[in-house]
Amino acid sequence: MDVEQLEKKAIEMRKATWEMIYRAKSGHTGSDLSCTDILVALYYKVLNQTPETFKNEDRDRYIQSKGHAVEILLNILADRGYFPKEDLLTYSQFKSPYIGHPNNHIKGIEMNTGSLGHGLALSVGIAKAAKMDDKDYHTYVLMGDGEQAEGSVWEAAMAAGSFKLDNLTAIIDHNGLQITGKTKDVMNSEPLKAKYEAFGWNVVEIDGNDMSQLVDVFDLKPVQNKPTLILADTVKGCGVSFAENKAEWHHKVPTEEQYKEALDVFDKELEERK
Amino acid sequence: MSEEKARKVGEVICEQLVDAGKKDSDIVVLTSDSRGSGSLVPFAKELPKQIVEVGIAEQDLVTISAGLAHSGKRPFAVSPAAFLTMRSIEQVKVDVSYSNTNVKLLGISGGNSYSVLGSTHHSLQDLAITRAIPNLEVYMPCDQYQTVGLFKYLVKSDKPAYIRIGKKALNNCYSNPEEAFVKPGKANVLRNGKDVALVAMGETVPEALKAADLLEKQGIKATVVDLVSLKPLDTELLSKISNEFSDIYTIEEHSIYNGIGSAVAEVVATSGSAKLHILGFPDAPAIAGTQDEVFSYYGLDGAGIAKNVEKSIS
Repeated sequence: MDVEQLEKKAIEMRKATWEMIYRAKSGHTGSDLSCTDILVALYYKVLNQTPETFKNEDRDRYIQSKGHAVEILLNILADRGYFPKEDLLTYSQFKSPYIGHPNNHIKGIEMNTGSLGHGLALSVGIAKAAKMDDKDYHTYVLMGDGEQAEGSVWEAAMAAGSFKLDNLTAIIDHNGLQITGKTKDVMNSEPLKAKYEAFGWNVVEIDGNDMSQLVDVFDLKPVQNKPTLILADTVKGCGVSFAENKAEWHHKVPTEEQYKEALDVFDKELEERK
Repeated sequence: MSEEKARKVGEVICEQLVDAGKKDSDIVVLTSDSRGSGSLVPFAKELPKQIVEVGIAEQDLVTISAGLAHSGKRPFAVSPAAFLTMRSIEQVKVDVSYSNTNVKLLGISGGNSYSVLGSTHHSLQDLAITRAIPNLEVYMPCDQYQTVGLFKYLVKSDKPAYIRIGKKALNNCYSNPEEAFVKPGKANVLRNGKDVALVAMGETVPEALKAADLLEKQGIKATVVDLVSLKPLDTELLSKISNEFSDIYTIEEHSIYNGIGSAVAEVVATSGSAKLHILGFPDAPAIAGTQDEVFSYYGLDGAGIAKNVEKSIS
């Protein structure tokens, strides 16, 4: 897919996620919309992985440490054919495996996440295994910026630097907001770039809602002996104007009026891109 | 019982891991600055590419192990039991149990074995929490033979497990690995007697045997059960003895709450008629002393157990 096609796909996925959250009356809306472009770039352009190769030893791995943004991940996996789209109609229902955080009983999900601060260390283990076995697969992990307050993130950041894991790329969905308010007010984890660099990482800063920048950054060759952090500046709620940059939309469910309003916008955008 | 000299369980484990690691390069050991106290220096020397040092970071130790296991490794994560089961317990719950990764959690210097280092280093609540975690087997080998039998199983098994060991050399309770460890969930009856049943595990098994010897001199014949695995639990055997005996004693190097006594009580209360006596550490920080002194103080050594039994039987 080229950048234009990826951008269109991102709108489709935002729309599907918006519909799913409204239907289920549950979801982390702002968090899903914030990282949509990152996930679309990964799943339609970057990851060396398909539903058919998901169990192959040489597949690239993706770990979603910010597990609460599961709705966008599930919609993308369904769209990529990991499981039927109809399955997602059971999202958040009695006995459904499609629940509010990634569940590894679902094809396409590597590990269970949801409790924050686990994904980076999981990815360190996976990337370390690749080094030990001399395998070429790459490991990607997506974290939130609020998540950076977890001490376990820094244990793992230290290990990734010490182990020289240049086969590991972490992405921080850097939208500056968490459930209580601004991340810098709740617990200031900045400056993230300087901190990760001090832990032995190569850090690249981009606009994480700009598809061409995402495509370019994932194209960069890894810096030898260093893990890479993509510090992706994003907008929480991106794509739904009234939800953008508002902490309250962290896990807010749209009203009927809001639902229709955003749906109209998505449809118009898709019409324009036909 | 074998005449071979008592051995430290940690050293036996290292031999087993070196042996298994040479045959299977996926066997890896992770340490949190703990290879010395874990008796794993020989492993590091023999198989340097199969040991991963994570530094003093127990949460990371468990989660990195889970990541390695997810990519086909068979990790043994080694750390003092106190830190492994308390500092990292959420990682155990999520990344090992819930994600179902084949991680073996080896809690070294467990129970009260750090003795005078104090409560920060004691793990007297670890059985309570690990046995409540689904999909996690729980073991405490009681001598060198059980350790060999258990580890021959663990290096092949695909299930997550927690294994707690102590520091001191343990007298032999068995003669060979095959009789010492049969399979998960299979307890062993080490002594048959009609008057009272003593149920123990790990370092209290030799003490229960000593108690049985002392009681015999008083004309009281004791059955001694080594649980072998706390989870899965041999409920069949426990149910049987809970109807055969009027008194059952559990002896554990653990809080009296939610450990071996509680596990046995859950069986006795639902399917038996015996009265259960739970011997263990009280609901307070353990007093200072060598492990032997502390066991004696709380009545967990052979003499203390025998005294307790005599009191209630008479």
